[in-house]
Amino acid sequence: MSKSNDSGRRDFLKKAVVASSVTVAPGVILHTLQAQAEPRTTPVTDKVRWGMLIDTSKCAEGCKDCVEACNKENGLDLVDKPEGASEELWERQRPHWIRQVKLKDNMTGMLTNLVMMCQHCEHPPCVDVCPTGASFKRVDGIVMVDRHICIGCRYCMMACPYKARSFIHADVAAKLTHTPRGKGCVESCNFCVHRLDNGQTTTACQDACKHQAIVFGDLKDPESPVSKALKKYPSVQIRADLKLNTGVRYTNI
Amino acid sequence: MTGKSSITLPAILVSSLWLGTVSAGEAVEGTAKADKLKSCVEPTEVMRRDHFEFIKHQRDLAVHQGIRGSKHSLAGCVDCHARKDAEGKPVPVNAEGQFCDSCHDYAAVHIDCFSCHSTVPGEK
Amino acid sequence: MKKVHFSEWGIESPKYWGILAILGVFVAIAGAAVFYMEHEGHWVTGMTNQIVWGMPHVFAIFLIVAASGALNVASIGSVFEKKLYKPLGRLSGLLAITLLMGGLAVLVLDLGKPDRLLVAMTHYNFKSIFAWNIFLYTGFMVIVAVYLWFMMDRRMTAYYKPAGVTAFVWRIILTTGTGSIFGFLVARQGYDAAIYAPMFVIMSFAYGLAIYILVLLFVSKLDGREVGDKVLYRMKNLLGVFAASVFYFTLVLHIATLYATENHEYEAFILLNGGIYTFLFWFGWIFLGCLLPMALVYHPTIGRTRGGIIAAAVSVILGGFATVYVIVIGGQAFPMAMFPGKTIVASGFFDGVNGQPFLYSPTLAETALGIGGVALVLLLTFIAIRVLQFLPTSLADEAVDPHHAKS
Repeated sequence: MSKSNDSGRRDFLKKAVVASSVTVAPGVILHTLQAQAEPRTTPVTDKVRWGMLIDTSKCAEGCKDCVEACNKENGLDLVDKPEGASEELWERQRPHWIRQVKLKDNMTGMLTNLVMMCQHCEHPPCVDVCPTGASFKRVDGIVMVDRHICIGCRYCMMACPYKARSFIHADVAAKLTHTPRGKGCVESCNFCVHRLDNGQTTTACQDACKHQAIVFGDLKDPESPVSKALKKYPSVQIRADLKLNTGVRYTNI
Repeated sequence: MTGKSSITLPAILVSSLWLGTVSAGEAVEGTAKADKLKSCVEPTEVMRRDHFEFIKHQRDLAVHQGIRGSKHSLAGCVDCHARKDAEGKPVPVNAEGQFCDSCHDYAAVHIDCFSCHSTVPGEK
Repeated sequence: MKKVHFSEWGIESPKYWGILAILGVFVAIAGAAVFYMEHEGHWVTGMTNQIVWGMPHVFAIFLIVAASGALNVASIGSVFEKKLYKPLGRLSGLLAITLLMGGLAVLVLDLGKPDRLLVAMTHYNFKSIFAWNIFLYTGFMVIVAVYLWFMMDRRMTAYYKPAGVTAFVWRIILTTGTGSIFGFLVARQGYDAAIYAPMFVIMSFAYGLAIYILVLLFVSKLDGREVGDKVLYRMKNLLGVFAASVFYFTLVLHIATLYATENHEYEAFILLNGGIYTFLFWFGWIFLGCLLPMALVYHPTIGRTRGGIIAAAVSVILGGFATVYVIVIGGQAFPMAMFPGKTIVASGFFDGVNGQPFLYSPTLAETALGIGGVALVLLLTFIAIRVLQFLPTSLADEAVDPHHAKS
């Protein structure tokens, strides 16, 4: 076991003292950490794979808390409609990282609510097709875009089976320091990577979900809440037929 | 840093918006953190010659390896070098006559950091 | 058979400059459109986060596909040793290069960051078909340029055939690569079929030859060069074969796709209830692109008139645009099947609620960019034939037909 992982554990224990904990499901505890942000000084390792479990039975109809939290955390709410753009077209052009989807079973009529975002595949099609390598998977499992070498060809958007990516269609006047953003590049959910790199262990959507429908954590740590929950409850991958081994899983679909 | 004090151009910041709504006024000299320091994260001469190498190196480390704590980050540059206007609002570092712009304008070097990156110190 | 001579395009200066000026206007409008799109961002186009590739890609892909096809005429002459085609080789190689330049220009100028072309040239992900294509396209231009040089320079005659074979093999790989851009996309139901690669090759044969015939007849008419029936009939019969081949591949594509029940909804979208896409499929892809040209070129009387042959070539080109539109836009407009057995009844980000297709209406700017690409192709071609000897002085039957004397 690497040194950094050991220290990560220690950090976790230290923080767990100040954490408030919530019962997600019987036996599954969700920690909301008030982390003392300490930026990383060592490279991320493949000892960790970040992942998420979304319990669709808890995802409430009409609730937009996670979407709004994501928009705020990642500066998506700062992306203004350009002057003269049509409202209707702009809605289809503005970036989204997370979205609610409501499903109806064709046979039984059962309704399901869930949220979709980048599924952080182990074998991401967007990474395969990117001509420059801008679309990449970090060793800790986060799929993201290196905007410095993204040329804006949108081939990754063609390749993504989850429609998870957005192209920035206009200049962005206001940016957050931790989430740079500019016209002409593609982006998508990055599991709030700035939080993780600064020592936090939660995503904005997870923190915002008052129904505890989102559990986030390290899939490689058998003791993490997400690993425990995945072990305990049956879960599925969306488009499992593609064998992408997604980092985001769902229960009760 | 020494070279900076000689640059006191009154900047008209028409286009520089902060968080979309607040536009900063004229920068006040001595209001940047860097104004009160003797030298940058490396000796001034080194910074002048190689700052872009540092930033580029840090950029790849940050994006691909998650190392955000380095002293060579662009966010660090902005945090330290952005001045404030009379009302205490930060003035973008790339605004006319401000830290980044003054040199880059003189050297006629156009770079693209701020079409994506924030030009004022971050929320933290 | 007489020795073939070549000469520059000899139309009168005012006419020549007039043509260049008209084309120049279209190129300039495209330039302004690019400036507008890049300055404002892609919100001024009809492209969205659902329809991510639009009109520029339709034009670019059509031109790139046609580029490799335009080289066929030269290949038939040098690789397959058909003497009749040899005088046609130079213009064929030239069109291959200019069509590719036009297509690539459109593709590159639509990028979100066209100023980062250097990045695309220095950072490669070799798993990406796009990255291969960067090599395939630039390599194609170099190889065809060398091929042209060997064709035009007597001292290089010995190397002419190997160059021709290399160019031919390269162009097959190139179009396979272009088709694979779609064939390898597992995410979308309309794509993800290996048959796209060979189908693109056969499409390129048809589009390239149609463009070749039209350009040849146009430039020859203008400076009074004769194009004999022998050459023309040979090419129009070939065009008919290519149109029929496209029809065959289309048939196989849809039958193979229909075989799987999971694809029935997508097939219904393209074939029955997809609105504009269904119309473009039947009227454009099938009727204009395949059936009409076949009927025209094989008609006992119309098929032997210049008008009939020109109409057939125009029909193939219009049908070709419709084909690429249905593939590129239609393939994206059909919502992705993320949840089999379920219907999306509400979505915060346009997931095809109740199976509704995504909307796309191209704007003037992106269409102008595409048209500018076509104008650029013709502009470059006309400049080249004016300054260098690309055109045979005569393609009259007695000048080109090796068997003419005997008959």
